[in-house]
Amino acid sequence: MVPLAYYLIVSALLFCLGVLGVLTRRNSIVIFMSIELMLNAANLGFVAFSHFLGGLDGQLFVFFIMVVAAAEVTVGLAVIVALYRNWDTIFADRIHLLKG
Amino acid sequence: MDGLQYLLDCTGILPILILFATGILILLLDAFAPRGRKGRLAALALAGVLLAMIGWWRPLPVERELFGGMLFADSFGFFFDGLFLATAALIILFSAGTLDRDRIDLGEYYALLLFSVTGMMLMARAANLIMLFLGLEVLSIAIYILVGMPRHERKANEACLKYFLLGAFSSGFFLYGMTFIYGASGSLSLAAMAAAFGQGDLPHNPYLLLGTALLLVGFSFKIALVPFHMWTPDVYEGAPTPITAYMAVAVKAAVFAALARVFWMALPSLQPQWTNLFWVLAVLTMTVGNVAALVQTNIKRMLAYSSIAHAGYILVAVVAGSAQGLTGMLVYLAAYTFMNVGAFGVVILVQERLGIGEDVDDFRGLGFASPALGAAMAVFLFSLAGIPPTAGFVAKFFVFLAAIEASFTWLVILAVVNSAVAVYYYLRVVIVMYSRAESPTSLADRFGLGRIPSAALGALIVALWATLQIGILPQSLWELARHSVTALL
Repeated sequence: MVPLAYYLIVSALLFCLGVLGVLTRRNSIVIFMSIELMLNAANLGFVAFSHFLGGLDGQLFVFFIMVVAAAEVTVGLAVIVALYRNWDTIFADRIHLLKG
Repeated sequence: MDGLQYLLDCTGILPILILFATGILILLLDAFAPRGRKGRLAALALAGVLLAMIGWWRPLPVERELFGGMLFADSFGFFFDGLFLATAALIILFSAGTLDRDRIDLGEYYALLLFSVTGMMLMARAANLIMLFLGLEVLSIAIYILVGMPRHERKANEACLKYFLLGAFSSGFFLYGMTFIYGASGSLSLAAMAAAFGQGDLPHNPYLLLGTALLLVGFSFKIALVPFHMWTPDVYEGAPTPITAYMAVAVKAAVFAALARVFWMALPSLQPQWTNLFWVLAVLTMTVGNVAALVQTNIKRMLAYSSIAHAGYILVAVVAGSAQGLTGMLVYLAAYTFMNVGAFGVVILVQERLGIGEDVDDFRGLGFASPALGAAMAVFLFSLAGIPPTAGFVAKFFVFLAAIEASFTWLVILAVVNSAVAVYYYLRVVIVMYSRAESPTSLADRFGLGRIPSAALGALIVALWATLQIGILPQSLWELARHSVTALL
């Protein structure tokens, strides 16, 4: 059987890739995809822990995370569409009306 | 769980159910309400909040768990439910007149406001990490949309995108932290976690430390602690002003409630570790917030940095860690809610009347043009600065006293120095309000008190009354808060 540590390493890699993507990418949609990667890293972690601890709580949580992620996608894409209509771009570094 | 038990549990979340049903009803009725006449929906939303307050009120809270250990119905949740309902009522009253100007006179506005309150209540009552996460997301998603509601404005688009991306980013940290805490304890319930962590060699459990650290990052983003605060001024500036006020007080209160629940109920055994972390975060947050607020010319940005600084003062109570500290935190959150909503309320009224009011300088002469409004603003600003006899002073006093008794003297010295710095930028606004305007197009010529809409006037009076009431007679609030924190300890 594959040991727990392997799952956790994959999950940590996914999470780090997600964080790196958010920090380095400039396209809003790619940033958003990186965030989904982070959520999926958490999902993998929950399933792995749940299996090895012998409880169902973690797997149950994953379903909730999926639903919430879907709701977030809906809102997020709507936000990006509304932004594109006014700004004609979705590149985060070109959007700078507010100083900061 | 049999049907009767289920119904009994439903009575425990009556305010949440009422708000949720009102929100759905507003969405339905919105289809039949003609554009420009959404004022009735505001009245309906307010009625829903008042009804929820009736459902909320009970003289002696019964401590119990609902739905098989998913939610608490305890005095701590009771305190925060009341705070959220009061905030929602004030925000609805302030919004009613101002939505036209931003072209967001839509029914969804009120529905989303109510949904976000249900999210906050779920979050403050969560007995399980699943409920904590769901509450957080219900409130966050509703607020993402509210921030971006003036969708024809480029500023609001930008604010919304920033808030959304950083909010979702912080949710990622939050969840990944929960993963490891689950891995360390084998359970998602806060009570079972505390039991699991009660024994064993904790500081060397890598899962637990990693999970706690990630969870702390998630919390810090949501309450805008330095160094996770970069989004705050931009989002506060770009959002519609009533939503800015709402974010500054209610979201912060909800996340602080959840933070207290997680750290006191589930992770008390790690207290020596997290106290040090919070010490550093508190000092950074206060100092950066106050210093950055000194140089702001936009009043919404100034209040944004001021809200960051206030989060730092509230963290002082978290560092103190005692029952007294927690009580101080609750009192601080209540006082902060009323004084900050009041200050934002005056800004909303000025913007609504004049179409300006983004710059501090736009308030020149307000004290002469509308003496009542100027005086109210002055009281709120004095309170934010922590000058007696206002709520802000009492709240700071309780928090700092608790920290001194827990022997964090240096932290309190830094906090007091910070409060002194903060007086400068609050008083600057007061001085501007009471200096004569030179230009003929200034505020003074166009402003008349008689034209303040009655809804906003009512909200302003309530906020003013609460600010002075807490400032002069804090005893009853203190007793209520002290009773509330017994649920956690």
